[in-house]
Amino acid sequence: MDLPSLLQYLITGLTVGATYGLTALGFTIIFNTTGIINFAQGEFVMLGGMMSVFFMRALGLPEPLAIVLAVAGTTLLGALVERLAIRPVRDCPAINLVIITIGVSILIRGAAMLLWGKDTFALPPFSGSAPVSFFGAALMPQTLWVLAISLLILAGLKTFFSRSIHGKAMLACSYDPKAAALVGIGVDRMVLLSFMISALVGAVGGAILAPITLTSFDVGVMLGLKGFAACILGGLGNPFGAAAGGLILGVLESLGAGFISSAYKDALAFVILLVLLFVRPSGLFGRKDGKRV
Amino acid sequence: MSMGYRYDMRWLAGLLLVLALLPPLLGNNYYLTVLTMCCLNAMIAVGLSLLVGHAGQISLGHAGFYGLAAYTTAALSTTLGVPVGLSMLAGVGASAAVAALVGLPALKLKGHYLAMATLGFGVILSILFNETVEITGGPSGFTGIPRLSLFGVEFSSDLSVYYLIVALLGLVVWLSFNILHSRVGRALRALHTSEKAAQAMGIDIARYKLFVFVVSAAFAGLAGVLYAHYLTFIAPASFGFSFSVQLIVMVVLGGMTSVPGSIVGAFFLTVLPEFLRAFENVEIVLFGGILVLCMMYLPDGLAGGFNRLWRLVWRLIYVRADKYRQNRQDRQDRRDRQESQDRQDVQDRLEMLDRQDNMDGKDGGDNG
Repeated sequence: MDLPSLLQYLITGLTVGATYGLTALGFTIIFNTTGIINFAQGEFVMLGGMMSVFFMRALGLPEPLAIVLAVAGTTLLGALVERLAIRPVRDCPAINLVIITIGVSILIRGAAMLLWGKDTFALPPFSGSAPVSFFGAALMPQTLWVLAISLLILAGLKTFFSRSIHGKAMLACSYDPKAAALVGIGVDRMVLLSFMISALVGAVGGAILAPITLTSFDVGVMLGLKGFAACILGGLGNPFGAAAGGLILGVLESLGAGFISSAYKDALAFVILLVLLFVRPSGLFGRKDGKRV
Repeated sequence: MSMGYRYDMRWLAGLLLVLALLPPLLGNNYYLTVLTMCCLNAMIAVGLSLLVGHAGQISLGHAGFYGLAAYTTAALSTTLGVPVGLSMLAGVGASAAVAALVGLPALKLKGHYLAMATLGFGVILSILFNETVEITGGPSGFTGIPRLSLFGVEFSSDLSVYYLIVALLGLVVWLSFNILHSRVGRALRALHTSEKAAQAMGIDIARYKLFVFVVSAAFAGLAGVLYAHYLTFIAPASFGFSFSVQLIVMVVLGGMTSVPGSIVGAFFLTVLPEFLRAFENVEIVLFGGILVLCMMYLPDGLAGGFNRLWRLVWRLIYVRADKYRQNRQDRQDRRDRQESQDRQDVQDRLEMLDRQDNMDGKDGGDNG
């Protein structure tokens, strides 16, 4: 194998991996405040891409505005999901809540199919599609956008969680909701906020990836699954592990597709997931004390 | 939640009786096919309800176990010429073995790792069914699977296959009831109340969860091998993620902890799409909606909801009658009290007048 093609796979992997990372971040944020795995996370990613396409095509809005609206719309939907489907049954066993999120994901996917049909759509790249040569590999401008925006989101979340009072309150909820409530943190509000942030992060990931991989009503299942695999890879509950896990998964997948077989590309993530559950369930960057029963 | 072994056995007998008597009433061969599919789905749903309702774990890959068994028996019997009985056994065994392999690491961990592990597993299998064309026939399917025959007896008519499947469904339900009423069932109930307390009592949580998971995969496998030899044709589309979800909906709709409930759920959701053919696309939205609403407002399913409704109606009637009686009693009491009060008042007043008279008399006497 030569350097340019290796570099090419690396770049492709990092680009897709950034989206996996953003999806994984969404899982982590909701998991940390509620202890549940939100199966609708992948649908937030799908909505980010599909709504952008919809706002551009149907309403004829310019792309940046369409994306902002799509992200805002998805965030609002995240809030609605929490308010309508999670909060009324907050005290139920976790398994009920997980099943509810499975139901919500099916509902969202079904509604998207009814609204926009089963076609595959493409979003135009943000700034042209003339590739830049980078050590012999072709670097698409969109790749740079994806990486830059992902880094920006990551930095924003880092600042939010370590500097702002709301971010710190959310962290407190993740350590111990009861204690957080005792010191006067509105845990309900933090859960709502976590759903909104997760939806926002997911939608951004979906919108920036749509020009590269195309989008349709059912991309959420795969993206959600891979995002979760990335979570486990980085250590469930660790936001920066999640982001790193996404990048690693993306690169491994891209190399696997390049050197082994592209037909089994999607299977690779789950093979990694299963192997990881076997040998190191706390993930690469997780604390060693993965809760065993 | 279970009502006692005897009650369960009586219920099973009733179910078998109804299923045995149904075919002549249907008349049409198409209805028999639907009914057979109902029984196969019920077989999977029963196993899944053990897992979801009693072990508290979700599997999103049961369609995978169903498919794995179907493809195993198809490949063995058709391609390699293994006798059907043997290949079916191998199919069920393959599902159970693979379930043990997937469940072993996932169930050692607290939380819902199994849901994701099985989801991933289901996706991998689905990809394999589609891609390994030389073994599975790829997306266009596997054709020419021999019909069911066991111990030299060929089940040539659809009706005979139906009765075999009903008998096996009975076996699956009987086994499930026995599991729930055994040491395993008691351990699972203890888990449900408090994992920590159960652990302190020496219950090996992971082992019991794994046992139930493997059993449920084996039931799905049994349904899978029967399906393959019943239809003699299988395609990857029948074993995808959406069927896994549909199975979960069946269990939840029927009431997660109830074996009879999951059978009702399976029958309901297998028959429903037959009526919804006209709006095929709405079906999936409907499933999502049912899942969310059911989990929010009917967490114990149709059966539980019906029970609650019945209790509510009963209580309303009963409480109304009771309240009416109470009210009447209250009014009577009040009237009695009022009456005695009045009498007391009159008496008091009379006494006062008497006293006054006396006093007047005295005064008069004094003055006079």
